Amino acid sequence: MSINSKTRELKSKMQLLLQGGGEKAVEKQKATGKLTARERILELLDYGSFHEYDLFIQHSGKDFDMDKKILPGDGVVTGTGTINGYPICIYAQDFTVAGGSLGYMHAKKICKIMDHAMKLKTPIIGINDSGGARIQEGVNALAGYGDIFYRNTMASGVIPQISVILGPCAGGAVYSPALTDFVFVVDKISKMFITGPDVIKTVLGEEISQEDLGGARVHAEISGNAHFFAESELECFEQIKTLFSYIPWNNTKKAESFASKKPKSKDYKISQIFPKEPSQPYDVRNIIKSIADNSEFLEVHELFAPNIVVGFSRINGDTVGFVANQPIALAGVLDCNSSDKAARFIRYCDAFNIPLITLEDLPGYLPGVNQEHAGVIRHGAKILYAYSEATVPKITVILRKAYGGGYIAMCSNHLKADFVFAWPTAEIAVMGPEGAANIIFKSEIMSAENPEEMRKIKIQEYREKFANPYVAASYGYVDAVIQPAETRDFIIHALSITKNKQTENPSKKHGIPPF
Amino acid sequence: MSEKNKDQRAYYRQLYIKVDPGQIYAFIPGTIIDIFVKKGQSVKKGDSLCSLHAMKMDNIITSTIDGKIKAINIKKGQVVSKNDVLIEID
Repeated sequence: MSINSKTRELKSKMQLLLQGGGEKAVEKQKATGKLTARERILELLDYGSFHEYDLFIQHSGKDFDMDKKILPGDGVVTGTGTINGYPICIYAQDFTVAGGSLGYMHAKKICKIMDHAMKLKTPIIGINDSGGARIQEGVNALAGYGDIFYRNTMASGVIPQISVILGPCAGGAVYSPALTDFVFVVDKISKMFITGPDVIKTVLGEEISQEDLGGARVHAEISGNAHFFAESELECFEQIKTLFSYIPWNNTKKAESFASKKPKSKDYKISQIFPKEPSQPYDVRNIIKSIADNSEFLEVHELFAPNIVVGFSRINGDTVGFVANQPIALAGVLDCNSSDKAARFIRYCDAFNIPLITLEDLPGYLPGVNQEHAGVIRHGAKILYAYSEATVPKITVILRKAYGGGYIAMCSNHLKADFVFAWPTAEIAVMGPEGAANIIFKSEIMSAENPEEMRKIKIQEYREKFANPYVAASYGYVDAVIQPAETRDFIIHALSITKNKQTENPSKKHGIPPF
Repeated sequence: MSEKNKDQRAYYRQLYIKVDPGQIYAFIPGTIIDIFVKKGQSVKKGDSLCSLHAMKMDNIITSTIDGKIKAINIKKGQVVSKNDVLIEID
C-alpha cells in the first residue's frame, strides 16, 4: 500500500473517532446549551494551536458486554496547545461518549497529560463533564480517580491547575476540581455534588432540585467551591484567558510583565469614594481600582464571603494579589468563610511568586455563638498562618479601622509585612472606642452624676488618644503615615525595592496549618 | 423510633428549607439607624432598604429582588437580633 492510501486509511479512522458519541448524542448535548468537548477546547485555546493525543485509546472494560462496545477516545479528549501564546496541557471529558463516564483507560489518558504538564512545567486545564465512575469497570474506575487525585496533589503549588465544570460532576469526580487552584462554573450548566438529589431523597427523605443542591450559583455563593461564575460557556473561557494573563506558568517563574498604565483617576477618585464618617461603608473594590493599572481588577471568589475581597491586578505592569476588607458586606468583619477564602488566596500568591497587597479596614473578627461554634478560632488562624508563612513581598495599607485580632491578622508588621503604610484616617487600637471606654473608665462612668454624658466624654477622649495611626507609628509598627493620594506611588516604590527579596522559612517537611 | 430519639434526630438534622429572597433578614445583631422605604413602595434589586448599625459600621441593607414592600417589621432605633426578619418584599 502506498503512503497515500495509508494516510487515507488513517484519515477515515480518525474521522470516525472524532465524531465522539455520534450525531444523535452530539445533538442531545447541544440541545442542553452545551458545546462538545472538542469545540470547548478550540474555543479556549489560541486558534490552530490544539494538538490532540491518545485518540486511539480503547477502554479496558470486559464485563457486562462492554468488550463489544467501542467508545471513541474512551470519553475524554487530551492534548496540548497555547493560551495567549503560552503552552498549556488540557483535557476535556466528552459527555457524548458513554456520558463522559470515567473508566480505567479514560483516567489513564488524563493522568498521562497531567504527567506531561508536570514534566514540561506548564499549566493544566481540566474540563469536567461526566456522569461519574463507569460502574461496569468497578474498582478500576475508582483506581482511576485515585490516580488523578494523587497527581492533583503533587502538582499543587508547582503548576497552575484549572478546573472547568461544564456539566455534571458527581461523586468522586468532585474531588479533583476541589484539589485544583481555581474552579470555573457556568450558570445552569455546572452541577457538583457528592450524592445527587435521588440518593438524598431515598436516604434522608429530603426533596431538592439539582440546581438548588449543587448548581453553579450554590457553589459560587454558598459553598465557595467555585472561584469564578459565568453566565455562558464563552464568557467562562474569556475569564480563563484573563486569569492566565495574571499568573505565571509555573512556580519557578514570575508572571508576565505588561506595560505600565495609569489608573482611571477620573472614575476612581479616593476623595470621592472614601466616606467622611468612620461608620459609613464604601466599596473597597473602588479603592483597589484607584490604585491598579488601568483600574483593572480580576476578582476571585466574587460571590462567596463578600466581606473580604481577593483578586489580581497589575501595578506598574507587574501582577499583584490584592486582599482587602470589604466594609459594604457584613461590616467587613473576618469570619470563618472570609478567613478561609483569604488564606487560600494568600497561599496561592505565595506559591506562584505574586506580591501581596493588603488593604485593611475591619472592625475585627465576628463575635457570636454561631461563629465560635463554627470554629472561627481555627478558621481565623488560617489567615495568620498564611500571611506569616508567605515569603513574597508583603505590603499593607491601613485605610481606616484596624482593631484587635483583625489588626494582627491583616498582614501587620508583626507577621513580617515588608512595609506597613497607614492613611491619616487609620484607627489602630486594641478595640473600638465604645468598648474600650466602657472597660477602662468603668468606675468613673458608674460613679458620675450623669453616666451617659460621662460615657460619651470618655469615648471621645479614647478616640482622640488612640483611634489614630500615630500611636502605632510611634512604636514603628507603621512604617509611614501617607496621604491617600500617594498610595500608588508608595506601593510602586515598595514593590521595586522588594523585587529581590529573599526570605527563607526554617527548613521543614511541611508545616501544619489549621486546615 | 422512640420519641426521644426522634427529638434528637430533629436536633442534629434540620430539613432543607428553600430560602425566600423576599424575606430580608438581619445578618448581624445591631440597631436600626434609618429606614429608607415605605410600605407599598416598589423597589429594585440592590436598592437600599435600611441602615443597621453593627460592628462599628452603618451597614446598608439592600434588596435582593425586585418587588413591592409588603411589610416593615422594624422601627428607627430598634435593637434587632440576628436572623430577625426586617422587611418583607412581594
